[in-house]
Amino acid sequence: MAEFLSLKEAVSRYISNGDTVCMEGFTHLIPFAAGHEIIRQEKRDLTLIRMTPDLVYDQMIGAGCARKLIFSWGGNPGVGSLHRLRDAVEKGWPNKLEILEHSHAAMACAYEAGAAGLPLAVLRGYVGSDLPKVNDQIKFIECPFTGERLAAVPSVRPDVAVIHAQRADRKGNVLIEGIIGIQKEVVLAAKRSIVTVEEVVDDLGASVNACVLPSWAVTAIAEAPKGASPSYALGYYDRDNVFYKEWDGIARDRDTFQNWLKDNVFEKGAA
Amino acid sequence: MSLEFTASEMMSVTAARALTSDMTCFVGIGLPSEAANLARLTHAPDVTLIYESGTLQTKPDVLPLSIGDGELCESALTTVGVPEMFRYWLQGGHISVGFLGTAQIDRYANLNTTLIGDYREPKVRLPGGGGAPEIATNAKEVFITVKHSRRTFVKDVDFVTTVGFGRDGKARDNVPNIGRGPTVVITDLCILKPDPDTKELVVTSLHPNVTREDVIDATGWEIRFADQLDTTQEPSAKELDILRDLKARTNAHHSGHQ
Repeated sequence: MAEFLSLKEAVSRYISNGDTVCMEGFTHLIPFAAGHEIIRQEKRDLTLIRMTPDLVYDQMIGAGCARKLIFSWGGNPGVGSLHRLRDAVEKGWPNKLEILEHSHAAMACAYEAGAAGLPLAVLRGYVGSDLPKVNDQIKFIECPFTGERLAAVPSVRPDVAVIHAQRADRKGNVLIEGIIGIQKEVVLAAKRSIVTVEEVVDDLGASVNACVLPSWAVTAIAEAPKGASPSYALGYYDRDNVFYKEWDGIARDRDTFQNWLKDNVFEKGAA
Repeated sequence: MSLEFTASEMMSVTAARALTSDMTCFVGIGLPSEAANLARLTHAPDVTLIYESGTLQTKPDVLPLSIGDGELCESALTTVGVPEMFRYWLQGGHISVGFLGTAQIDRYANLNTTLIGDYREPKVRLPGGGGAPEIATNAKEVFITVKHSRRTFVKDVDFVTTVGFGRDGKARDNVPNIGRGPTVVITDLCILKPDPDTKELVVTSLHPNVTREDVIDATGWEIRFADQLDTTQEPSAKELDILRDLKARTNAHHSGHQ
């Protein structure tokens, strides 16, 4: 059964230096509060996996938490670059960052294969792309039935999955609504999972086909209201698109970024 | 009477006209999203728009800033998970058109959104592939819209993130279960289409008030023009009104903190 913990306790107990960590949420429900707690606890040498690193990984990379990043689209959506990610890749600041990049389709398949307990995912992908030349985790195999050449990538099976969801009930069952991304897959693929939620309620109010994670499939739950902001939580608050635009200016400069981090992360404790 | 319009508006309107109501379109963010929604609000009200965040048959009132804005989900027929989106809906063969933008494009319509320079020591690191590599091969055809400049239109892309027709124009030959690839490229200067034999992009239509020299100056290879070179039809007053309203609504929506 999922254990209810404070966010501080959950991160402290279940994320260690050197772990492979997937913090998912496809534009929606991005676990920012958890990311900030990881920064505050100065976790180091993490292998971070996420389809769209987004601002949350830009912040964690700039804060020095990451050694390696596996991703499929590393921009600030609709705005431009992730400057902290670029600074790490191009200039090695604050430390060198190894990158491994995929396409969205391959990563989605890799998460699904991880949830299914398989060692690899197979897809009709990467035809004619240079990505297989720079990523040795992309191979091609022959279909044993038709002979068709198909792409194969290793499944994602992280040490820890971290996601944000709308709510949990008091038993620890979790409801995810709206753009559900690959949250269910990443939790099932991971050895341990931390789920932050907007609120804990008596009744989830889930419809029969809703995306629900049973309590026994989750390791820890932490209540974190507005825990996805400046991303959003459908039914609770909208995406703060203005902040996403402002981030471009904040992250472009190392000093401005560090001041932002000090004021908004280090000097603000977890709820 | 001739209407006043910008080159960007000309591009969006022309790109929108490429879509029809019977198409199922997998929409990239930015210019493709603007064009696709303009099509839906003008001549193609029944066009099915799909975004990689899982939103199927969505009808946003304002253009999304990100590929997963709440507006897309709330106005969609249904929202599915990301693996389902790529595996069942795209790879499964339900998408007629993939509509993409790019940072660089070359003469064989290969797209680069990964980096400028060398992979290990990039001059400029770009966001990467996202959904494009598989959209470009699993959709039945691909439309591309991008602003025309020498920086963007290069002879050979630095990195093939997403295949058009490969380095030699033959990348799709004899590959089973692959779409036709790029069938049209719409810029702020002209319309280009691949030569049926060589697959090299050829200008088939110049936008009003654009000269051959304008296109030659903005293209990084010796660009060819079709024997029968058309002039693109100007935007109508209705198209311009709807586009401007859409952009004004969008700007107002994205300019306030939530």
